[in-house]
Amino acid sequence: LKIIVCVKQVPAKDAPLHIAGDWIRESDIGFEMNEPDSFALEEGLRLKEKHGGEVIAVSMGPDRVKQTIKEALAKGADRGIHVADDKFYALDPLGSARSLAAAIDKEKCDLILTGLQSDDHGFGQTGVLLAALLDRPHATLIMQIDVQDSKMRLKRELEAGWFQWIECPLPAVLSIQSGINKVRYATLKGIMAAKKKEITSIPRESLGVSIQPTQRVESIYVPHKTKKTEFLTGTPKEAATKLVEKLKFEARVL
Amino acid sequence: VKLLLIAEQRQGKWNNTSFETLAAAQQIAAETKGSLAAVVVGRGVAPLADELASKKLDEVLLVEHDLLESYTPDGFTVALGQVISSSKPDLVLLPHTYQVRDFAPKLAASLNKGMIADCIAYRNDSGRLVFVRQMFQGKTVADVTFQGDAPWFASFQAGAFRADLVAPHPSGKAPVNKVTVDLAPQQIRTKPMELFREAKQAVDLTQAPIIVAIGRGIKAPENIPQAEKLAKAIGGELAASRPICDEGWLPMDRQIGSSGQTVAPKLYLALGISGAIQHVVGMKGARTVVAINKDQNAPIFEVADYGIVGDIFEIMPALTEALEKA
Repeated sequence: LKIIVCVKQVPAKDAPLHIAGDWIRESDIGFEMNEPDSFALEEGLRLKEKHGGEVIAVSMGPDRVKQTIKEALAKGADRGIHVADDKFYALDPLGSARSLAAAIDKEKCDLILTGLQSDDHGFGQTGVLLAALLDRPHATLIMQIDVQDSKMRLKRELEAGWFQWIECPLPAVLSIQSGINKVRYATLKGIMAAKKKEITSIPRESLGVSIQPTQRVESIYVPHKTKKTEFLTGTPKEAATKLVEKLKFEARVL
Repeated sequence: VKLLLIAEQRQGKWNNTSFETLAAAQQIAAETKGSLAAVVVGRGVAPLADELASKKLDEVLLVEHDLLESYTPDGFTVALGQVISSSKPDLVLLPHTYQVRDFAPKLAASLNKGMIADCIAYRNDSGRLVFVRQMFQGKTVADVTFQGDAPWFASFQAGAFRADLVAPHPSGKAPVNKVTVDLAPQQIRTKPMELFREAKQAVDLTQAPIIVAIGRGIKAPENIPQAEKLAKAIGGELAASRPICDEGWLPMDRQIGSSGQTVAPKLYLALGISGAIQHVVGMKGARTVVAINKDQNAPIFEVADYGIVGDIFEIMPALTEALEKA
């Protein structure tokens, strides 16, 4: 199986976000692999270990995203493709997907995996759009993949505790549901081995795809509160005592 | 604005988020002095179309085909693409369900259009529609507008609008018009099979008056007994956000959120839960929400009535003690 996994780099979970126009100030924060994508990467690596083949990690963005590709290589991906674009954040879902599709089309892979959505924009469209643009069947919210010859049996999550089995031919695109597996850590050996692995850089402009936006983020802001939160302060003991009083006599829920 | 609502059903049962989005669609149609049609797709779904026709809208489109009996992204994209090409709406609205996530971006792309997904609100800025959606897991929100020509596609998050505000049809019933679509078996590449539920739900959290929910902040399974003790002291059920159940630290039937249970207890205590959208949609109906988190900017505080900024490992035992004393 030749498998491409799309991994996005996003601001670290605990990074303090400072809004700057239609994006955030990047200078003072750390970045990490988008967590939902790490489940897709893990699934790709497991499929390779079971069926043989190759895992290619693809990431788009400025130079810093190479670090996320290196992390994927250290975990066991065979090579990386970096679609270089300093203003990747400004692309809309369709523009991103068109760029990625153009960059990976010639790889003629059997399977493209993406995470459920990104922890930054959270569009949640990349996998489905790649399938549409590359004219491949797809399925999303996948909780199990069994490959049988040229097709797959997939467990798809529905809402409210329901699941569905579906059959999907290869080649295909799958968006992986978070929690499908236990993600591995990179070993020291893996980190050393990754140094010899290849990362191909492709400037996004060289792909010649239209990124005519279908939508535009006009502004980003901190949400207006829907509820007025009363903050209880003091030592843990004081705050806890105040809370019990509030719940008893003000909210009357105890 | 000429609106088209894509209503969702499975096996003849509505996905109720459809009615929340219908409420939004009715509101936009009224504000823009536009028109509103709704489409139902499936097989043997005429009764559902009829039910929809009793709501305030101009027309119900009924799309029935043997190949649309079970949902497939290919089948729904082809069928709805034809409906949109013939009915020419400006704005296509969808409820942001798992099914919509699965086909709507492809439907829009098949018409060379984009979609603003998972919106929580909209604004009408003197005729120009601005859609509001969350970013960075709810830590920020963004105003997003469509660029280029119609049709535009947008989906609304569960709970963004109130289904009980759907207006009935003013004079009885809207017309139900059948739309024929061309669909061939070879156009559908995936094969849907049986639906099933994993395990029996051992606990019904929807019935619990008090819920103590833990998130990533609990850090390790060894720390869960502290939360259990607190739950016992307050007389509540223990629940969790998705990552905790994914890790296997609590069983899946204790998960609150879009992929778990939706609850509305009188008291909801969120411990070390950041408040990502997927969790908040499952608990925002709670009467009183208490959030305890070390990050004062955590989005969970936006829905909290009472908040404590601090270390849950210090506050949990203090709160347990205070409850036992009270």
